[in-house]
Amino acid sequence: MKYSIEEILETIEMIKSDKLDIRTVTLGINLMPASDNDYKKTIQNIEKLLLASAKDLVKKAKDIEEQYGIPIVNKRITITPISLVLNSSFTGHKKKDRAIALETAKIIDKTAKKLKVDFIGGFGCLVEKSIKYSDQIIIESLSEVLNQTERVCAFVNIGSTKAGINMRAVARMGGIIHKISLGKNGVFGCAKLVVFCNAVSDNPFMAGGFHGIDQGDKVINIGISGPGVVRRSIKNLPKDLALDEISKKIKNTAFKITRAGEVVGREIAQAIGVKFGSIDLSLAPTADEGDSVGEILELMGLEKTGTHGTTAALALLTDAVKKGGLMASSSIGGLSGAFIPVCEDAFLAKAVKEKALNIDKLEAMTSICSVGLDMIAVPGDTRSTTLAAIIADEAAIGMVNHKTTAARLIPVKGKKEGQNLKLGGLFGQAPIIKLHKQKSDQFIWRKGQIPPTITSFRN
Amino acid sequence: MTKKPKKRAIIAVLGKDKIGTVSKISSFMAKNSINIEEISQTIIKDIFTMIMLLDLEKSDLTIAELSKKLSKIGGEIGHEIHVHDEKIIKAMHRI
Repeated sequence: MKYSIEEILETIEMIKSDKLDIRTVTLGINLMPASDNDYKKTIQNIEKLLLASAKDLVKKAKDIEEQYGIPIVNKRITITPISLVLNSSFTGHKKKDRAIALETAKIIDKTAKKLKVDFIGGFGCLVEKSIKYSDQIIIESLSEVLNQTERVCAFVNIGSTKAGINMRAVARMGGIIHKISLGKNGVFGCAKLVVFCNAVSDNPFMAGGFHGIDQGDKVINIGISGPGVVRRSIKNLPKDLALDEISKKIKNTAFKITRAGEVVGREIAQAIGVKFGSIDLSLAPTADEGDSVGEILELMGLEKTGTHGTTAALALLTDAVKKGGLMASSSIGGLSGAFIPVCEDAFLAKAVKEKALNIDKLEAMTSICSVGLDMIAVPGDTRSTTLAAIIADEAAIGMVNHKTTAARLIPVKGKKEGQNLKLGGLFGQAPIIKLHKQKSDQFIWRKGQIPPTITSFRN
Repeated sequence: MTKKPKKRAIIAVLGKDKIGTVSKISSFMAKNSINIEEISQTIIKDIFTMIMLLDLEKSDLTIAELSKKLSKIGGEIGHEIHVHDEKIIKAMHRI
């Protein structure tokens, strides 16, 4: 036969037992044509443009899911950073402009619901060098926007290898995250905000995805996942197998899942008549059993994620995933690596609970994996300056290493370290992590810009 | 006019070995003008496993529709039936 029974059964097993899926099909939409001096017109145009561009997305994705026999879990939209879209609609009166930003967010939220997409990302701004008036309005509106909408996701890029780190923006974001956490949807509000260094413009994953200005009018980006598949590929290997052999196994698996993702992605792009952009192969864990990055690290021979050797094991994993993906497709983009969202990964959450994994080890791990301190529950009374300082540390890792890093921190109102945060569903649960008690106030209050490192001057 | 892409599917039928399974499935294919290009069956860990490579070129059914119909038949005869577009198997297992 053209294919062996083993090959076909392997594919079936990957989908059925190991939860191989297309994690997200994300349609990027350029919203710049919606911009008008009259904010009411801008909002109307945004709604019209979203409805016209994405009307077939969910249905076509469903058809293709059945045709290929591979689940497509999320259908999402990314939009041009909203501070650019609303720039000419703002009036110069801060209070009024914040209300315009909120009204825009509510319409976007309503439209996303109408289109049946899970999330819509891009409510944010790029402020690595400086904060424009429109950026300031968007940042100041985030607390209300994220507390009062359901599907709108936000991002703020506060640093880059080229520009350095805008510490004024970092300080601001510490305060904003604190303010969001006090709202009635504080936990989910914070979970929908990602603070980046070196944000990428074709990220299909949420909450940090946005449609960069270097992208076309419309583009389909695909996010594939598969911690379960990688887990299976190494689960039954001999305990004394050399690490380079494990790397090879993971590479082969990454190759196969990327190829599957590319076929599906191109088909969807063709079906809705837009350009295919890129595939982001990221091991994105969920709270489901067997869908954990932590478990993969432990299968390599660590007693518990977070112990000595964890960073090295993660380096091997991330590298093998990237190499397998790059060989499989010439359209690799986004973040591509392994995510370590503590709440969503049962093994990581357990390691935090058992005090094997702490904030400092997590930070070390983010220096080699994508994408950063992700879904970390922190005590509700954490100082804004401490939140800002965590963001600054994370951004420094990204800036120096020419990579994307991010922080998605969730201060949990009224809870203290060691208590549990239950998010439910695929968001999982995690203990509130211990942070350093010593203050970083004076450092954060200095503001200014951390200059880019010398390696950024290559021109 | 651009040439239509080939409509080919791979199905896997998994379950307890029973009399009439192959005939039931193949008569369904004949009724819907689906050509069985290749067929192979074996028993793996006590589970009857049948793989078919199908050509749907002359059929009115799309692969998605075939998938829905076969899942119904599978329910009736107590077998799991998985349907995939051939392209995904090819992408995953051939360089």
